[in-house]
Amino acid sequence: MSKVGKRVQIRTRPPEERRRDFNEVELTLEPEEAMKEASRDIKYCVAPCTRGCPVGVEVPKFLKLTAEGNFKEAYLTLIQRTPVPSITGRVCQQEVQCEGSCVLRRAGEPIAVGAVERFVGDWALENNIEVPVSAEKKHKRVAVVGSGPAGIVVASDLARLGYDVTMFEAYHVPGGVLAYGIPEFRLPKRILNKEFDRLRSLGVDIQLGVVVGTTYTLKELLQDYNAVFLGVGAGRPMFLNVPGENYAGIYTANEFLTRVNLMKAYMFPEYDTPIHLGKRVAVIGAGNTAMDAARSALRLGSEVYIVYRRGRQEMTARAVEIEHAEEEGVKFMFWAAPAEFLSSDGTNVSAIRIMKLKPGEPDRSGRPRPVPTGETFDFEVDTVITAIGFYPNPLIPSHTPELKVDEKGRVVVDMEGRTSIPGVYAGGDIVTGESTVIEAMGWGRRVARAIDHDLSLKG
Amino acid sequence: MPAEREVLLNEELAQDIYKMVVYSPRIARAARAGQFILLMVEDRGERVPMTLVDWDKERGTIEMAYQAVGATTVKMSMMKPGERLYYLAGPLGQPSRVKLFGRVVIVGGGVGIPAIYPIARELKRLGNYVVSIIGARTSTLITYEDRIREVSDEVHITTDDGSRGLKGYTVDALKRLLDSGERFDAAWAVGPALMMKSISEAAAGRIPVSYSSLNSLMVCGVGMCGACRITVGGQIKLTCVDGPEFDSYSISWNELAIRLRTYRKEEMISLETMRSVGRV
Ligand SMILES: Cc1cc2nc3c(=O)[nH]c(=O)nc-3n(C[C@H](O)[C@H](O)[C@H](O)COP(=O)(O)OP(=O)(O)OC[C@H]3O[C@@H](n4cnc5c(N)ncnc54)[C@H](O)[C@@H]3O)c2cc1C
Ligand SMILES: Cc1cc2nc3c(=O)[nH]c(=O)nc-3n(C[C@H](O)[C@H](O)[C@H](O)COP(=O)(O)OP(=O)(O)OC[C@H]3O[C@@H](n4cnc5c(N)ncnc54)[C@H](O)[C@@H]3O)c2cc1C
Ligand code: FES
Repeated sequence: MSKVGKRVQIRTRPPEERRRDFNEVELTLEPEEAMKEASRDIKYCVAPCTRGCPVGVEVPKFLKLTAEGNFKEAYLTLIQRTPVPSITGRVCQQEVQCEGSCVLRRAGEPIAVGAVERFVGDWALENNIEVPVSAEKKHKRVAVVGSGPAGIVVASDLARLGYDVTMFEAYHVPGGVLAYGIPEFRLPKRILNKEFDRLRSLGVDIQLGVVVGTTYTLKELLQDYNAVFLGVGAGRPMFLNVPGENYAGIYTANEFLTRVNLMKAYMFPEYDTPIHLGKRVAVIGAGNTAMDAARSALRLGSEVYIVYRRGRQEMTARAVEIEHAEEEGVKFMFWAAPAEFLSSDGTNVSAIRIMKLKPGEPDRSGRPRPVPTGETFDFEVDTVITAIGFYPNPLIPSHTPELKVDEKGRVVVDMEGRTSIPGVYAGGDIVTGESTVIEAMGWGRRVARAIDHDLSLKG
Repeated sequence: MPAEREVLLNEELAQDIYKMVVYSPRIARAARAGQFILLMVEDRGERVPMTLVDWDKERGTIEMAYQAVGATTVKMSMMKPGERLYYLAGPLGQPSRVKLFGRVVIVGGGVGIPAIYPIARELKRLGNYVVSIIGARTSTLITYEDRIREVSDEVHITTDDGSRGLKGYTVDALKRLLDSGERFDAAWAVGPALMMKSISEAAAGRIPVSYSSLNSLMVCGVGMCGACRITVGGQIKLTCVDGPEFDSYSISWNELAIRLRTYRKEEMISLETMRSVGRV
C-alpha cells in the first residue's frame, strides 16, 4: 500500500471554527504539496481518470507537469478541457469521476486530482496567466443567455475565437448557481469575480437585469445576433405537494440560498434582505443543494436536521460535503419524509408530520425505493427548507412555442446543442435537467465549437 | 441622452406616495398592462417589485408609483433625478388578460390606485364600458384620479373617513352598484390583500370573471425561488411568472395573508437601522 505514497492531507479549518463563519472550509494546497501529490502518479497507468471525467481532462499530463513545477503548462493543459479549474477543482464530484476511477484507489488512496487541479487554477488566477486569444475579429455577434457554467464557457470560448459576445443575465450578479446557490464557504465569490473580470477583459459585454422571453424575445435576439445560446439552467424548485407547505417559515432551498448568498442576508441589517430562521431547522433532501442549505443554516446559528427519504448510502451530495456537514454538527434523519406540515398559530410552521419509510425494491436508479410504513410522528421545527430538486427553467420555452422541449421541459437538442430553431443553441441544465457544473461546462465547450463551425460555413 | 436606469423624475403626489419616472427603453418597448418590474436601489438593497403604471416607447421611459413604507421605498423616495437605480429588470409577469368583455368594474385601493390606470386604459381601448372605483383612507391619498377619469366611463370614490365620496371601503361602493342592479361582465382589483379578498367575496356569484393582482413577497421575480408561491385552484402557482393576476375566486386568500406576515419583525428593524444610520 505504502509504495505509492500517502495521499496528501488537505488542510481543512477545524469544525468548531468554521461552523460559525462563511469563510472557505478547505484550503488550497501549497506548491510543494501539489507537486508531491502530483508525483504520486504511477508510470504505466492507463488513465482511467480521463475516461472517468465527463469532459476528458488529460489528468496524467497535467499531473506530470505539476509534479515538475511547470504550473503554467499544467494550467494550459487543464483549460483545454475544463475552462475554470479553480471552480471545477472545488465543486466536481471527484469521488465518482476522476478519483473514483483512479487505479491507486485499489492500491491505496486515489490521487487528490481535485485538490491539485484547484491549486493549479488558483495559481493561474493569482499570476494572471493569459489564455490564448485569436487576434482576428470575426465580426459576428453571439448572444449568450444565462451566466452559469454553460454560459461562461460559451462566452469565453467564442470571445477567444474573435466573436462579439453579449451575455444576458436576469439577476443582478452573474454566475448562475455558482453565484446564488453554492455558498461562499465552498466557492468564494472572489474566484467567480476573477472569472468575470477575465470575461470582460476578453470583450464580453455582460448585461444584467435582462430576462430573455420578456425583456427581449428570442425572435428579437435573432434579428440582432448571428447565433443565440440558451444556458438558462434548471432553477424552478419542485414542491413536495403535501398539506401545509405554504406556511410561513417554509422556504425552498433556492429562496434560502439566494437570500443568504446573493443578497447577503447573513449580514442583515447591514444588507437589506432578511432571512428568518428559527432555533431548529429541518432540511428536506440530501443532495448538494440540501447540504449547502443545511450548512448555511448552521452558520446562522440554528440546530439543523437533514430529513431524507432514503438511507445514508443513498445520499447524492459530494462525499466530502456530507462529511463536513456531519463534522460541523448537522444531524441526519434517514428513511423519513414529510407527510404534512403543522402550525400551532395558523401562520408559522411548528412541526412536520413525518412518515417513517423503509427500503423496498430497487428503483430505476438502482437504489432501494422508499416505501411508507404507515407509521408517523410529529417532529417540532421552527423552519423548514425544502431541497428536493429542480425543473428546467420554463420561462423561455413558455414564451417561445417553436422551441421544442421534451415531456420533462428540457430543451431538445442534437449532440452539439442545436435546437429546433435555426441559429438557437442550448446546453447545460436546461438540456439535461439538473446535473453538474462540469457537465454544463462540457456542453458549453461543445456548443461553442458547433456555433463557430456553423457560423464559419455561413461565411 | 439619459443612461439606462436613470431617474428622470421623482415627486411626492400625496403624503408618502411618490411617482418615479425612470429611463429604460428596453422595458418601455416591451411593457404591457398588468406587468411589473423588479428594482434595487443600491448593491446592499433588496430586490423589490413595483407595478408598471405607465410607459412611453418613444421616450424610453417607465413610470412607477410607490408608497414610502420601508427601507427600500424610503430610500427610493430620497433619490434625485440624474441618479441611477442599481438594478432594474422587466417587464415581469403575465400581462392582464384583457379583452372585450362589455361592462367592467376596476377597483383600486390605496397605493393600488395608480396600478389600475394601465389596466383601465387597455380595457377602454378594447371598447369596454369601464367603471372605476378608487378608495383610500382619506381624500388627500387619492392619486391618479385625473388619469383614471380619462380612461373610465364612470369613477366612484370612497374614503374611510368620508372626507370625499362615499364614506367606507371600495367594497361598499361595489356592493351599492351591484345592489342597485348594475351588471358587470368582469372585475379587476388591485390593492391591499384584505381589500381584494372583500371585492372577490362581493363579486362572487354576481360577476362571472374576476382578477386580483397579488402583492406576494418576492426575491427572484423570474420563477426560481418560490418565495412568491400561492395556492390557486388547489395548485401551487408562482406570482412572479404565473401571475401577478389570478382568478380571484380560486386564490387561497388565507395563505396570501400568512405569507405576507413572514418578515414583519425584520422589516421594522431594517427601517429603524436605515433611519439611525442615515444610510442612503
Ligand atoms: C445549491 C446547489 C449546489 C450545487 N452544488 C454542485 C456541486 O457541488 N458540484 C456540481 O458539479 N454541481 C453542483 N450543482 C449543480 C450545478 O450548479 C448545475 O448543474 C450548474 O450550475 C448548471 O449550469 P448551467 O449553466 O446550465 O445553469 P445555471 O447555473 O442554473 O445558470 C443559469 C443562469 O441563467 C439565468 N437565467 C435563467 N433564465 C433566464 C432568462 N430567461 N433570461 C436571462 N437569464 C436567465 C439564471 O438566472 C442563471 O444565472 C449545485 C446546484 C445547486 C442549486
Ligand atoms: C407584483 C407586485 C407589484 C407591486 N407594486 C407596487 C407598487 O406599484 N407600488 C408600491 O408601493 N408597492 C408595490 N408592491 C409592494 C412592494 O414591492 C413592497 O411594498 C415593497 O417590498 C416595500 O419594500 P420596503 O423595503 O420599502 O418595505 P418593507 O420593509 O419590505 O415593508 C414595509 C411595510 O410594508 C409591508 N409590505 C411589504 N411588502 C409588502 C407587499 N408585497 N404587499 C403589501 N405590503 C407589504 C410590510 O408588511 C411592512 O409593513 C408590489 C408588490 C408586488 C409583488
Ligand atoms: S419571486 Fe422567486 S419564484 Fe417568484
